[in-house]
Amino acid sequence: MESQHDHTGIRIGMWLFLYTEIILFGGLFVLYAVYFHNYPREFSAGGKELNRLIGSFNTIILLVSSCTVAASITAIRQASKKLCLLLLAASFLCGAIFLVNKYFEWGHKIAHDIYPNSPTLTGGPHGKNIFFGLYYVITGLHGLHVIIGMTLLGLSFLFVFNDKITARSFALLENSGLYWHLVDLIWIFVFPLFYLIL
Amino acid sequence: MDSAIQHITPYKTLGLILVALLVLTGITVGVSYLDLGVFNVPITLAIASAKATLVLLFFMHLKYEGRAIKFSFIGTICFLAIMISFTFWDVAFR
Repeated sequence: MESQHDHTGIRIGMWLFLYTEIILFGGLFVLYAVYFHNYPREFSAGGKELNRLIGSFNTIILLVSSCTVAASITAIRQASKKLCLLLLAASFLCGAIFLVNKYFEWGHKIAHDIYPNSPTLTGGPHGKNIFFGLYYVITGLHGLHVIIGMTLLGLSFLFVFNDKITARSFALLENSGLYWHLVDLIWIFVFPLFYLIL
Repeated sequence: MDSAIQHITPYKTLGLILVALLVLTGITVGVSYLDLGVFNVPITLAIASAKATLVLLFFMHLKYEGRAIKFSFIGTICFLAIMISFTFWDVAFR
């Protein structure tokens, strides 16, 4: 009874790691909530300065990529390697589009002298400074997670291509998928908190 | 060998969940243009939680996991709730 792969055990390990990520971002959300409580006006004014259209577009992109990653697992388990590769490539591309949007979004803000420790922010209202400080920390940390997630998806793509991930052994793909969904989950909360608060 | 008979999510289910998620995103963006006073934040967070639940249950397969993952996940969320609510008791009544 020697099993080469303990799929359940591998997934439990991944979930344990995801819990630490949830608490990490949870801590930042607590920080956001407390400052939102203290500076409601500045926060809603700050939220209106962010581009809702780009935010919504990025949300749609991440949701679609989450779906394609989940579908890629279905594909590999039904032994359709080509479809799995296609879906993984699509997810990777979605991640790249997300980052390009973020680059333009940040670039636009930085061009308007809104970045950590910029003269406009340090000289302006305290609440606005905190709002954009949190904006850069939380979306920056999330962006870092997108990059890590894309690396894992790329690695999974190579492994599927080289037949190291197959219909019988797909733990790496499954865990990369879980990580990617976590990135999506965090964005589901980041998006309304920063872009949609009135 | 319980992993051998693990559930495979059909494409159709995944597609339907994606449609539901996109509809919820549309609703949350639409609602954000209305001023609902004190209900702004609760409604936005309720929609976000609904979306997160769909992702967790179907994309992340939580619905079909065993007890170990389900209970440990619920435990994490309870801890998060304690962390948020205790911080708020401190801040709100200071």
